[in-house]
Amino acid sequence: MPNMRMTKLPAREQDPNVRNKNFFEVSQGYDEEMAIDEAKRCLNCKHKPCVAGCPVNVRIPEFIQLVTEGKFMEAYDVIRSTNALPAVCGRVCPQETQCEEKCVRGIKGEPVAIGRLERFVADYAMAHGAKSAIPQPDNGKKVAIVGGGPAGLTCAGDLRKLGYEVTIYEALHTPGGVLVYGIPEFRLPKQLVRDEIKTLQDIGVKIETNMVIGRTITMDELFEEEHYDAVFIGSGAGLPRFQKIPGENLNGVYSANEFLTRINLMKAYTFPETDTPIQVGKNVAVVGGGNVAMDAARSAKRLGAENVYIIYRRSEAEMPARVEEVHHAKEEGIIFKMLTNPTEILGDETGHVNGMTCVEMELGEPDASGRRRPVVKPGSEHPVDVNTVVIAIGNSPNPLIKNTTPGLETQKWGGIIVNEESGKTSREHVYAGGDTVTGAATVILAMGAGKTAAKAIHEELSQNL
Amino acid sequence: MNKIVTRRTLHETVTLMEVEAPYIARKAKAGQFIILRIDEEGERIPLTIAGTDQEKGTVTIIFQKVGATTQRLDCLNENDFLLDFVGPLGTPSEIDEWKGKKVAVIGGGLGVAIAYPQAKALHEAGADVDIIVGFRNASLFILVDELEVACNNLYVVTDDGSNGNKGFTTTALQEQINAGVKYDCVIAIGPMAMMRAVCNMTKPLGIPTVVSMNPIMIDGTGMCGGCRVTVGGETKFACVDGPDFDGHLVDWDEAISRSRMYKKEEQLSTEKHSCNLMDVELQTKRGGN
Repeated sequence: MPNMRMTKLPAREQDPNVRNKNFFEVSQGYDEEMAIDEAKRCLNCKHKPCVAGCPVNVRIPEFIQLVTEGKFMEAYDVIRSTNALPAVCGRVCPQETQCEEKCVRGIKGEPVAIGRLERFVADYAMAHGAKSAIPQPDNGKKVAIVGGGPAGLTCAGDLRKLGYEVTIYEALHTPGGVLVYGIPEFRLPKQLVRDEIKTLQDIGVKIETNMVIGRTITMDELFEEEHYDAVFIGSGAGLPRFQKIPGENLNGVYSANEFLTRINLMKAYTFPETDTPIQVGKNVAVVGGGNVAMDAARSAKRLGAENVYIIYRRSEAEMPARVEEVHHAKEEGIIFKMLTNPTEILGDETGHVNGMTCVEMELGEPDASGRRRPVVKPGSEHPVDVNTVVIAIGNSPNPLIKNTTPGLETQKWGGIIVNEESGKTSREHVYAGGDTVTGAATVILAMGAGKTAAKAIHEELSQNL
Repeated sequence: MNKIVTRRTLHETVTLMEVEAPYIARKAKAGQFIILRIDEEGERIPLTIAGTDQEKGTVTIIFQKVGATTQRLDCLNENDFLLDFVGPLGTPSEIDEWKGKKVAVIGGGLGVAIAYPQAKALHEAGADVDIIVGFRNASLFILVDELEVACNNLYVVTDDGSNGNKGFTTTALQEQINAGVKYDCVIAIGPMAMMRAVCNMTKPLGIPTVVSMNPIMIDGTGMCGGCRVTVGGETKFACVDGPDFDGHLVDWDEAISRSRMYKKEEQLSTEKHSCNLMDVELQTKRGGN
């Protein structure tokens, strides 16, 4: 008999007032007993709506059934067969708009906690020495992957399993992309990302760090000199956007990318033990309403800021951040200033931020995004006392590859143009996927795109095997 | 991992290293830079490429011991390895445009290390190059022999006159202009105060002036935006839009203020890394050179 409890079993969590002072993971997930209990809520529906809601089509009811039987290693194999990074996805996927949104249990009550179960299974298997799948014998074809983030890692894993010689070229000193420079330790421990990447290296995926495609090697050279048969571009949306308001270049104003990279990739939270510094004032304003804004705000709090504000021009209902992240941020004491927009950042005589001018907004008619357009309330100008400002209003695709690759067509805003079914670009044998195509989106959508491209690359290259 | 194949002390605070990096050596052009990280705890710092040797597959960097990282870098010896070394980054300098034109390349202090490859490239491309370099005193000279063969006229000045030629680079430039030399372009590389002074001088004269910015950055590929420079009222990223910019359009007050952002932290970090014990150890290791 399924467990008919209406609600998800909550995961174990660090107390908000303890965790907002440390960088350890917020959620401690389920133990075995909890996982089995929650798994029993799954009705094992024949039509499997949850699977259709997953960008990489994890066979969800199948793995959950194995969890109810305590067969955690087998459950892991089921997940791994379609998902290269289960421990990551179990933590950072927006399940509430994907698999869990489609769950039949969610019609009356809460859906099955699919994300928490995926995370449990992945953590269990990695702690108990899960074996990586054995790839097919080498087929003599070579594929280069540009960028070691979620899209590239997924594409690499899938192609390697099919017997391709796969090399990932990563511009930074560590592979992982946004998983290592963007998402904080307290949401996604970096050791876990390293472990997931190691499972790919164990099956023979090669990773070359410190290689900037377009600079160190160009796209043309990958084909002509390195003799690759195909290239997948998963270089992400790495160019931070600013608001273009006065004062944005004052000291103490960071892009969210810089703020989070200093903390996550360069471990600035252990300065001066590590050499990269960061400045976090008493009052910190984070401008933006996405997951990145939540990550920046919660990091600032952990680095000792007394007051951390999320400043967002629409209302909470329009915020793109996950409900869970907003909830966690509020629990940790982040102050939400909604319907507020900065118009100027003010500085002292040394060129450092010492204040901000904001206006209040009201919501008008829906705009192109379908969300109600925020308009300025006349006469609502007011000062906000801040010493550090983090701009988290999004990123554009990095133009480096576009600028150095003849024949690669892009949208006006910079995104690489692809055929959605295959990820094929305007250049022969070149595929692309993830944020570099869509603009900033989610880890799992990038993984889905990496998967799609891997399939299409295999279709193209296996024709003349 | 990249091996240090040569290490040469140019003077007390300035060191030259040739680092094994065949891909970068093959690609690097004048004006581009690399980013390095010494070890797991290290920060990423940008250094302009001072030269390459394609046959040996090496890239030359020249740095001054100014902070924690450069101090630690200076502690490394030949055959030691750097954990990370990535490049060539940035947009190469305009060289061909100045073919057959009269160009003054101005270098100040450590900036001479960067001015040198630019002057050399211009000279080889057929520009008529004058080099003007300035140092605080004659004991701080670097690359003077190399500069000699990379130009038509070399002018070396010192702040204290210890080489018998007292003055700033701006004074020397003014002298040439007063003597009737017509420059089509001035390229100024060095401390920001010097680059600003050169720009202030050339602007009213209408001589196009290119400067090479070296701001704080992390990734060097456009991702962090830490290297923002306001040029002609627009925000530019030095790592991808630069590092060369039209010096007459740079917002110098902002650039100077941004370069000082981490002064306090830098001091803390430098103190941590510069214990006396370390110095003694090094002296012994290097046989006291």
